[in-house]
Amino acid sequence: MKKYHVSTTINGEPVEFLCEPQQTLLDVLRDTLNLTGSKEGCASGDCGACTVIVDGRMVCSCLMLGVEAEGRTVTTVEGIATGDTLHPVQQKFLEHAALQCGFCTPGFIVAAKALLDENPNPTEEEARYWLAGNLCRCTGYDKIIRAVLDAASEMRREAAE
Amino acid sequence: MPGLSFIAPTTIDEAVRALASAPGLAKCLAGGTDLLVQLRSGRSRPELIVDTKRIPDLIGIRDAGDHFVIGAATPGASISACAPLCRAWPGITEAVDLIGSQQIQGRASLGGNLCNASPAADSVPAVIAARATCVVAGPEGTREVPVEAIVTGPGQTSLKKGEFLVEFHVPKPAPHQSDAYLRFIPRTEMDIAVVGCAVNVTLGERGVCRDARVVLGAVAPTPILVPEAAEALVGHWLDEETLARLDAAARRASKPITDKRGTIEYRIKVAGVLARRTAAIAFKRAGEC
Ligand SMILES: Cc1cc2nc3c(=O)[nH]c(=O)nc-3n(C[C@H](O)[C@H](O)[C@H](O)COP(=O)(O)OP(=O)(O)OC[C@H]3O[C@@H](n4cnc5c(N)ncnc54)[C@H](O)[C@@H]3O)c2cc1C
Ligand code: FES
Ligand code: FES
Repeated sequence: MKKYHVSTTINGEPVEFLCEPQQTLLDVLRDTLNLTGSKEGCASGDCGACTVIVDGRMVCSCLMLGVEAEGRTVTTVEGIATGDTLHPVQQKFLEHAALQCGFCTPGFIVAAKALLDENPNPTEEEARYWLAGNLCRCTGYDKIIRAVLDAASEMRREAAE
Repeated sequence: MPGLSFIAPTTIDEAVRALASAPGLAKCLAGGTDLLVQLRSGRSRPELIVDTKRIPDLIGIRDAGDHFVIGAATPGASISACAPLCRAWPGITEAVDLIGSQQIQGRASLGGNLCNASPAADSVPAVIAARATCVVAGPEGTREVPVEAIVTGPGQTSLKKGEFLVEFHVPKPAPHQSDAYLRFIPRTEMDIAVVGCAVNVTLGERGVCRDARVVLGAVAPTPILVPEAAEALVGHWLDEETLARLDAAARRASKPITDKRGTIEYRIKVAGVLARRTAAIAFKRAGEC
């Protein structure tokens, strides 16, 4: 099968890879680039475990081809922390124990960060709707929502300082 | 998928040439939220994928005076973020907003929703109700057709080999014209419509309806324009008698199937109820603008 050469930016770094046309961005991230933070829960756009941000928009990496990443800017869960400092969303997930098995967590972290970048002060309802495309089979969502809203207020406090 | 190729042309001509000269099945790619699912399941086995998102005409929303131009591959998130469009056609933008999750909104387009040709596609009824047209490019040049002329059956369109959708032209509303879209699903998010209904009305003197379009989704092989339902509204206020006639016309037009989301009887009943509720919202909005 013909391979395509793709130049893109992932988590701020220029990255080049070869991929087959039917490979998804998720396949490439996990199997070619060893960025295994993004998970494959369903491969059909339903669970959000593969959520990444492409050119400022969050998308399911299982529903995007690797070849489509040419010239785009991709952020995965591996690019959310700054060096060793966790992003407030990540920190609050730990503090609130907003995970059990953790399979859904990378997708939630990326989606929650995208939410707070766009809306620093979401209501609980807004947060729940925004995260409706992320499924969790363990937590019952409540702790996740609490962590996200707490991260939002933390980030507003930091921004005010 | 032996022999699959991919191209991402930057002009309409280049895309038409590629689609027209492919010996086997060639598929356009917009957001991929239908196409990638179908590739994976084996339901679609193209030999060429043509990514349309690098053609400038297909991305973005423009104000063209008496109408809006929406690029066929513009993602839902951009459509919901377009304030003038949301003000002009709250029904269209609320319908687009219903498509999938925030992640799906990052990619899902109007062109993909239409050309995937699902009877339950959420954006299609509202776009048809607004008398929108679409520009189709092909080997013989471009043609402009009403949106309702595109879908011919589940998964089937009237597009010929080498043709693809460039953009939608959505007329601007007249004074006291507005729209609404409602779908009925068993949960609050992330499901496919049991029934969808779009109503677009223009009110005249003393709030009497002088023009209407009613479109139902998920109750026939394609979204259906229901002229009898529009006739039930024109010349009337939205009183109980009018609502009852609208309800009956919507039920008569519904030719649904039974599936896991609902039976024939249930869908027909819901079509009538949803038509009433959607009309109430459209009338209220039209009275306020
Ligand atoms: C989790 C999930 C939830 C969903 N929820 C909903 C929902 O609530 N309501 C709903 O209506 N849909 C829903 N969908 C289906 C899908 O998201 C929509 O139909 C979407 O609008 C498709 O747009 P796209 O840009 O992703 O299309 P693509 O997948 O890129 O394309 C779809 C089809 O259209 C063709 N096509 C694309 N662009 C063109 C063009 N310019 N010219 C000609 N043909 C073209 C493609 O070849 C393909 O056959 C959902 C999908 C998923 C995965
Ligand atoms: S793996 Fe992509 S949405 Fe589930
Ligand atoms: S913690 Fe297990 S799926 Fe969410």
